[in-house]
Amino acid sequence: MKAERSNEPFIWSLFSAGGMVAAMLIPVLLLLFGVAIPLGWVEAPEYQRLLALFRNPIIRLGLFVICSLPLFHWAHRFRFTLYDGLQIKHLNELIFTFCYGGAIAGTLIAAYLLLTL
Amino acid sequence: MGVYTEYHPKWYRRHVSTWWWMGKWNYLKFIVRELTSLAVAWTVLLMLMLLNSLREGEGSYRDFLEVMRSPGLIALNLLALLLTLFHSITWFNLAPKALAVRVGGRRVPALMIALPHFLAWIVVSAVMAWLILRR
Repeated sequence: MKAERSNEPFIWSLFSAGGMVAAMLIPVLLLLFGVAIPLGWVEAPEYQRLLALFRNPIIRLGLFVICSLPLFHWAHRFRFTLYDGLQIKHLNELIFTFCYGGAIAGTLIAAYLLLTL
Repeated sequence: MGVYTEYHPKWYRRHVSTWWWMGKWNYLKFIVRELTSLAVAWTVLLMLMLLNSLREGEGSYRDFLEVMRSPGLIALNLLALLLTLFHSITWFNLAPKALAVRVGGRRVPALMIALPHFLAWIVVSAVMAWLILRR
């Protein structure tokens, strides 16, 4: 029997990198845009200024990383949540496609939005 | 030839309930940590919506801010924020287990690896908040 090359190490490295990006940056973004600005704790940034900030090449690249890698982190973790938590291993392929397909779709949308910003 | 245990599909196996993780705090913690990924994906979705509104123009951006002010979304975001914080804390606490750094043949203590991660988290968050909020 020939040993099949597994793509798990590659997927795991995306999971790991995404987990680190998510741990460092996701809470502050959610705190600002989801809680602090809506509740009026801080003033919302002006449209022109935020647009200018997000058009900065370094920030733009950073935003792309923030909007893609954490999705692969989600895909990996959520896949195993569904496998183990709900014990629906028989749906493996469907779950795999849904999770990584979602992450790839999100990455493409992020790239499109940032390139046309 | 090796000796194999043959496959016996009819052997008795204990049935594990779908709710197996409800019994113990450690199991529950494991499931909550797994679920933090949903909050992470949700935040990315919000960011994509923000980017899209910025792309479309000032009116669209105002609409985005207005939608985010709805009480249901704020409640949902508060819950998601707790989950993402749980992810960050458990992630940085695990870092010493993934990074086994040795200096002079001795393993660097876990705290010495976890602590810089927590400090970096604070600095990165502060810089990000400053960039977004400065006038």
